[in-house]
Amino acid sequence: MQKINDMQKTDKINGLQEELTALIAAVRTETNAKKKRKLIEQIGQYNRRIDKLKSGRILSRETKRDLVAYSFIAPNFIGFCVFTLIPIIFAFALGFMKWDGSNPIEWAGIQNFTRLVDDTFFKAALKNTIIYCVGTVPLTMVASLALAIVLNQKVIGRGIFRTLSFFPYVASLVAITAVWKMLFHPSKGPVNSILYNTFHIPAEQLPQWFSGGLVMLSMILFSVWKYMGYYMVIYLAGLQGISYELYEAASLDGANTWEKFRYVTWPQLSSTTFFVVVMLTINCFKVYDIAIMLAGGGSGELTTSATVLVYYIYQKAFIDWDLGYSSAVAMVLFVMVLIVTIIQFAGQAKKERA
Amino acid sequence: MKSAHKKAVIGKVVIYAILILIAVVMVIPFLWMLSASIKSDREVFQMNPFVWIPENPKWSNYADIWTKIPFGRFVANTVYLTIVVTFLQLLTSSFAAYSFAKLHFRHRNTLFLAYIATIAMPWQVYMVPQFIMMRRMGLNDKLLAIICLQAFSAFGVFMMKQFYEGIPDDLCEAARIDGMSEYRIYAKIMLPLSKPALSTLTIFTFVATWNDYLGPLIYLKSQEKKTIQLGLKMFISQYSSDYGLIMAGSVLSLIPVLIVFLVLQKYFVEGVASTGLKG
Repeated sequence: MQKINDMQKTDKINGLQEELTALIAAVRTETNAKKKRKLIEQIGQYNRRIDKLKSGRILSRETKRDLVAYSFIAPNFIGFCVFTLIPIIFAFALGFMKWDGSNPIEWAGIQNFTRLVDDTFFKAALKNTIIYCVGTVPLTMVASLALAIVLNQKVIGRGIFRTLSFFPYVASLVAITAVWKMLFHPSKGPVNSILYNTFHIPAEQLPQWFSGGLVMLSMILFSVWKYMGYYMVIYLAGLQGISYELYEAASLDGANTWEKFRYVTWPQLSSTTFFVVVMLTINCFKVYDIAIMLAGGGSGELTTSATVLVYYIYQKAFIDWDLGYSSAVAMVLFVMVLIVTIIQFAGQAKKERA
Repeated sequence: MKSAHKKAVIGKVVIYAILILIAVVMVIPFLWMLSASIKSDREVFQMNPFVWIPENPKWSNYADIWTKIPFGRFVANTVYLTIVVTFLQLLTSSFAAYSFAKLHFRHRNTLFLAYIATIAMPWQVYMVPQFIMMRRMGLNDKLLAIICLQAFSAFGVFMMKQFYEGIPDDLCEAARIDGMSEYRIYAKIMLPLSKPALSTLTIFTFVATWNDYLGPLIYLKSQEKKTIQLGLKMFISQYSSDYGLIMAGSVLSLIPVLIVFLVLQKYFVEGVASTGLKG
């Protein structure tokens, strides 16, 4: 029995070997590059099959190698697939549906998107998100760059200062906004008492930081304060990548501090700045908790003066259970982020070509 | 020569003035928080003159917060969530990243593309379908939901892969020739070398999970499942004028994150720089 098996195997190997020789001959004469590549691929497959038969292993070396690699990826990839990829696909579909989460799903077509056009609350949310973004991005960028430049000098206690400026970033929003709301409390807060006592601003004119027209300004200032430390670290990494020789050359040319910044630091940091601006913009689009904590009422609801896109997604889904419409709003957020990401890719491609 | 020296001195003075200003702006809210946490509600807003430490520090604020709300329960939930998520994130990300960075296999680029395509996708875009799916799986109001949500991020894999690509291939090659299996190479060579990246990822994951608000808000409905952030927010809306207590709770909620950050921060700048987070 064993012998017959062995004979069959040798026959099979010989057969394969013959086909392989024919293939090799075909490759030699083939002129079409595309066909040639295909043939070479086939040769590889034959080689592997023969190898497998000869060694008698069930798995070829390549398959084994692939299995090891997949075993490394699997724990993360399975979780990632189930909890991220599938919901993302589901989100795109849901934008065209009408569903309240319990009754059967209905097809809605583009109805959800046409509703957006006449929705004043949505328009307010979109407008506020963009205002917040336009205010926060340049201010945070300038503040974090300035901070990084100062903390890149040889100064005493540099490490302590770097650590301190990172505190707001790691501090929880709930806790730190509670402090801000007390510091800027309209009637009792120390900021307004200083305005009242030192600058003699009448009590009725004291700013109401967290309602009405000032709320966006407060949100912007707060997020600059909270996030500048994080972007400072990115700028520090960028600054440390600039060659010291460039500054020496500039010194020899008689450049002053400002000129060194203008002609060495700033151009050398252009890719870091680009990255910072893209990250900041995307993060601004996603703002939610800052608005809720600073401007939300007791149960966390927002009025049109402080509402933002993510809040509207949340409200439409988990309060009104209008899931299709909520996903349509989410698609608007997605398109905004997508545009910024495309700009980033285009920018990177341009940089690589240059 | 003398004027150059004078200029340098002025420059130093300006820099230190800026530094002190920064320190004040960054630190005052935290000092105010500490100070208010040992004051009575009446004293919190008595600002004339600036009294940082009240005559009779009200240390009882720190004791009362544990009884007014189930603060211990909230802390336990958050500690559990944060530790499990951080551990899973570090383990699975570095595992997958090793494969993407150092092994050759079929469909590598296709699989990695799936990660890249979603890295810029805000969670807020798909949080609704994700919630519906988790509810179907019976995870609504379970801590496990938050673990599933936070533990497998594209960001972690991407970051670790960037770092591993900076480690020379020869190192793995030599180990392979010595007959080490891929698992041993990962455990004995790559992991010990990736301290900066692991520290950076730990800070990011720990901070994000500890401070997360929207995730727990959507999933964790019952009182005994709430995290520290939800609990603190609930306390603030219920006892909005107990300023001293609110501040005591806030201080307590900050301590673990600050400890983790201070322990790991020496690797942080290096980690950010070497993992290409700057693009």
